Amino acid sequence: MDFLLDIPVLGFILQFLVYLVNVIGNGHIAPIILGLAAPIALGAVCGVMNERSGVVNIGIEGMMLFSAYIAFMTALFVHQAFPTEPSPLFGATPALISGVIAAIAAGVLISLLHAWLSISIRADQIISGTIINITALGLTSYLNRLIKPFDSAGAFRSFRPPAGLIELPGVGWLFEMFTAVGPIAMSTIVLVIIVQILLFRSRWGLRTRAVGEHPKAADTVGINVIRLRYRNVLMGGVFAGLAGAYLTLEATGSFQNNMTAGRGFIALAAMIFGRWTPLGAFGGALLFMGSQAIGVAIRLAPPVGDLGTFLGGIQQAYPSLYNNFFTGLPYLLTIIVLAGVVGRSNAPAADGKPYEKESSS
Amino acid sequence: MISRPRSYIGRVVVPALSILLALLVASVIIIVSGLIGPEKKVDLLLPLVAYRSLLVGAFGNFKGIANTIVAATPLMLTGLAVGVGLKAGLFNIGATGQVLTGGFAASLLGVLMNDASPWIAIPVALLGGMLAGALAGFIPGFLKAFTGAHEVVTTIMLNALVQLMVSGLVNDVFRAPGFSFARTAPVGNAELTGVAGTTLHFGVIFALVCIPLSYWLLWRTTVGFEIRAVGANPTAALYAGMKPRRTMMLTMSLCGAFAGLAGAIEILRLGYYPAVFGSSIGFDGITVALLGQSNPFGIMLSAILLGAMRAGAPLMQIQARVPVEIIDVIQGIILIFLAAEIVVRKIFRLRTPQVTGELQTITRTYGEKVVG
Repeated sequence: MDFLLDIPVLGFILQFLVYLVNVIGNGHIAPIILGLAAPIALGAVCGVMNERSGVVNIGIEGMMLFSAYIAFMTALFVHQAFPTEPSPLFGATPALISGVIAAIAAGVLISLLHAWLSISIRADQIISGTIINITALGLTSYLNRLIKPFDSAGAFRSFRPPAGLIELPGVGWLFEMFTAVGPIAMSTIVLVIIVQILLFRSRWGLRTRAVGEHPKAADTVGINVIRLRYRNVLMGGVFAGLAGAYLTLEATGSFQNNMTAGRGFIALAAMIFGRWTPLGAFGGALLFMGSQAIGVAIRLAPPVGDLGTFLGGIQQAYPSLYNNFFTGLPYLLTIIVLAGVVGRSNAPAADGKPYEKESSS
Repeated sequence: MISRPRSYIGRVVVPALSILLALLVASVIIIVSGLIGPEKKVDLLLPLVAYRSLLVGAFGNFKGIANTIVAATPLMLTGLAVGVGLKAGLFNIGATGQVLTGGFAASLLGVLMNDASPWIAIPVALLGGMLAGALAGFIPGFLKAFTGAHEVVTTIMLNALVQLMVSGLVNDVFRAPGFSFARTAPVGNAELTGVAGTTLHFGVIFALVCIPLSYWLLWRTTVGFEIRAVGANPTAALYAGMKPRRTMMLTMSLCGAFAGLAGAIEILRLGYYPAVFGSSIGFDGITVALLGQSNPFGIMLSAILLGAMRAGAPLMQIQARVPVEIIDVIQGIILIFLAAEIVVRKIFRLRTPQVTGELQTITRTYGEKVVG
């Protein structure tokens, strides 16, 4: 089969694919992909919760950013008040756990603003989301300047699965992907599956979808549209909060201004790509962030042969462009996927339309 | 922000009251931050001290006023970049990327013509910036028109992509030797230098011309009518014989051109393109457009207000020790009050107009194919 790899251009692409399959299988790259995809998937689940009930939420970015800050600061305060040794499981400390809880509370709080603006005030939901993004960016930058913390409460550690499990031929990398990660990334897949099942198999899910497709009909059969939308938007905040906590307490252990860097919007694209289903959105998140992980893979395990020489040459000549290319791949893929998918995917029919009960007539 | 029949109260009084309320809320934030800040004490007068130095910094002397005008100049343009789009039902939050594209193109042209007469170099560089910005705006416009990809997501992605690409290019290809950080060579004669010992420059004129020009375009020309018609109802516009897709692409290109010009002015004022060009003018444009109710003259006033805040903020940080980032917080709160217009009206007991017919939102949801 090796002769295939020598064909000009096509052979080159084949070499790249072979490299990718190898590196994901044996290069310890799989857990990195899940780590990158976790906040995107959580943000996308937040989007699904909102939009299935008919509320557009482009403020996920701001919700994540604000929760990330609150998570970091809460963890830091608790850590300074009661310093404890990290526990053997995930390196968890009371500080980190309270940080996660605070992040969830912060996510719900900001969601309340979005719910109030878009459901009660019936403001334009896209503008409401943008306002949340602008306010969250401003407020966190302001607070971050005001109290510049030099300390950190640390971060959750990844789980160490037994070596035998990872080295299983063929499927070992899959086990590694879902177990050699921190607690939030690990629970992401569980949460995605739970929401998927609830959305399509529970009374709540049926009601949510009904309200998102035809609120008037849902109202006629006795569903309280306003209350259901409120509840869904607030529950969405839980996921955005978790995504924020992931960024500061699991991925980095620090906070930087605007550290979400468009993740909330990639999450939206993942949601659209997954046709407003949690599992589909999770797939989208893996696809988008997997592309960024290629850059990491090449750095950790450089390819050999023609491919290696070629990539090495580019890296030598254009180091910044080379790095930025991989950083930018998820953004590029997001645009391409969005352009290719939107026309064929059906958003919930009442998505983005404020609902008004016709009580006066 | 549902388009109700706009009255004088809706267009002028509510935005003004929103600003007032936002300043009040921000003063509470300033007082509380005294408690968690480095000094750990409550100073009830701190907001007054801060706002006073903000005012003095922005309007206290001729130099301050010049700084305010110079800060307002790009904001008028990015405000138009968002506001004109809103008229067509497009929410262009990609002004940031279009600013970078325009600024980068202008810097390259400026470096190329650094020996030419300023009378040629500056207009050519500004025009180049506009065209590059228009291209950056055309891409999301095209994607929206032909694939339905929502401009809010595509423009944000393009912001990140342009930032990565341009900084890569400056680092790897256009980096000028002999500087401690990555930047292009100086633009030489294309630089917009200050006049009369202030920061005032000729670029201000271009922004001031764009305001009445876009008003004329929107309300006195066929193109403007089509833009507003498509914004009101693309399907109806299609049946009236217009081409919504073409109008969308045209509008986004126009928006990009405004933002590109803003970027070009900022870069020619700086005199070179730095690899890390962090400027808030793109995002400030959203606030300016929403506060100005997408009306060119409203945009001009909002830009001056925001420009004054940006110009006065450094003095406030020095004198009152309130971080300049408070301006971003104030912006956000102004927008919240604007969106919750009904609350502002209740607080001040203003009349609330009756909404007739179906509620029409400015922007539409994504996932909707564009017809035409």
